[in-house]
Amino acid sequence: MTGSPGPAELEALRLSLEVAVRSVGFSLPLAVLTAWVLTRARFPGRLLLDAFVHLPLVLPPVAVGYVLLLLFGARAPLGSWLRDHFGIQLAFTTAGAALATAVMTFPLMVRAIRLALENVDRGLEDAARTLGAAPLDRFLSITLPLMLPGILAGAVTAFAAGLGEFGAVITFAANVPGVTRTLPLALYTAMQSPGGDALALRLAILSFALGLLGLLAAELLVRRVRRRLGG
Amino acid sequence: MLKQLGAFRLDATFSAPTPGVIALFGRSGSGKSTLVNLISGLLAADTGAVSLDGELLTDVRRGIAVPVERRRVGYVFQDARLFPHLSVAGNLRYGERRRRHVPTLIAYDEVVTLLGLAGLLQRRPWQLSGGERQRVALGRALLSQPRLLLLDEPLASVDVSRREEVLPYLVALRDRLSIPMVFVSHQFDEVLRLATHLVLLESGQVLAEGAVEEMSLYPELQSVVGPDLAGAVIEGLVTRVNPATGGAELAVGSGTLQVSLRDVEPGARVRLQLLARDVILATQPVQGLSVRNALRGTVIAIAADEAGSVLVRVDVGGSIVLARITDDARRALDLRPGNAVWTLVKAVSTRGHAFTLARGS
Repeated sequence: MTGSPGPAELEALRLSLEVAVRSVGFSLPLAVLTAWVLTRARFPGRLLLDAFVHLPLVLPPVAVGYVLLLLFGARAPLGSWLRDHFGIQLAFTTAGAALATAVMTFPLMVRAIRLALENVDRGLEDAARTLGAAPLDRFLSITLPLMLPGILAGAVTAFAAGLGEFGAVITFAANVPGVTRTLPLALYTAMQSPGGDALALRLAILSFALGLLGLLAAELLVRRVRRRLGG
Repeated sequence: MLKQLGAFRLDATFSAPTPGVIALFGRSGSGKSTLVNLISGLLAADTGAVSLDGELLTDVRRGIAVPVERRRVGYVFQDARLFPHLSVAGNLRYGERRRRHVPTLIAYDEVVTLLGLAGLLQRRPWQLSGGERQRVALGRALLSQPRLLLLDEPLASVDVSRREEVLPYLVALRDRLSIPMVFVSHQFDEVLRLATHLVLLESGQVLAEGAVEEMSLYPELQSVVGPDLAGAVIEGLVTRVNPATGGAELAVGSGTLQVSLRDVEPGARVRLQLLARDVILATQPVQGLSVRNALRGTVIAIAADEAGSVLVRVDVGGSIVLARITDDARRALDLRPGNAVWTLVKAVSTRGHAFTLARGS
């Protein structure tokens, strides 16, 4: 029933990896900033921002994709501005698939990073202050390295989850072979086509293997960094 | 300087000569750590001012609050607070790198030698003992080239048996460097060994301040250290040493004292505490006693002590000694201020309380 992976699987795999990598690369700095603001800053509306960041966890992914279309579609205000000024088109492109994935996996990343930041001993930052470190210096030399296990965990989890993002991607970026047809989209397409059962099964097994690999890698990486910190 | 923390209110004013080692001494909860945090700037004062060598670091009324990172006030925390992601060398260099633009008071190699850190440089903080951790924290603070060093109970988190891994280094720093230190403690032993100046705190108030010798006679200090550790701190000059017996002869006031004291040279000035409970008074010279020390003096005051006893202050020719005797004994001897007395101290009872004093103090 199963055979060696064909070009369709390889292409879907390559696209999934590309989308996940770009999504993590784009959202990681933003997630660190958001985690910092939510943990350390005190301002009115913090609760609202917190809820907003977590929204993709509870919304139907199709709704998230639809909102993205309303904002970044070819005729939408942000979409046409990006096209006119930067020549960037998001809807129905690989970049768009990465954006949709980034939005969907953002809460996972923020949660992991935030947990790590909350565990950073403020006393160490105070010690750095008495040694002459100004705020940004303190963040880069003390806080960030101590958060590293959480940042890595967040990034790898978001990456693994991003490989399988379906609803938001298909709504915002459609199902274009070679452009936005990632693993789950290819799997869905195979299931819908007559005689695609064998392909669907191979794609499903591939997704399982990737997910497992991603989660194991995350755990091992975090353990290694923790050991270096003496935890 | 004033700070309200919930129901606790700190209202303290003190000034101290620099250089020197100032001990902030008092029971836990008396406001010692709060005061140190106000000096460092880690805690903002409600009112008041902090100035160092004539420069205002904090002045609430004038809106001055120099940021902690620009104060050049070193801080050795109770729990060391070494950076876990850096090696010992990385921790030491952390402060040094950030103060390249200020005049160097002490260099890296000097700190490593002075604190005995050469064998630890590649280790991680979690591979160090409590005492080693505090020495690294001390070195890290020193390399940030501070104008003042704050030490918040640096020995509290170190096992009692390991305190000797830190204390002698603190003494060495005091004697070798000219950086003034403010040292928080509730152990009088540490104060005796380190401090030149003592500020006594109680419930957020400064009860008294002054030189350690002077403060040792202060009744409120005795109430903090407890009756068993009450006793005058006196200074003496080593006139003779006997390495074979570990004994030394000290010139104290107008007399001499035999004490158990190792590792001193003739000519050294030492400080020792004569515990009031170990000092015996006689109204005439005594013979046929095993006690080696008899200092001639004059009673200058008699104060009530705990129930049934009194504390007698005796001037032994410039130095003052405290003796605790029972009220009955005072009546039997008819002791009054002005009386001539002999002060008897066993050589061994001064043991463990004699320390070499800093040069110039």
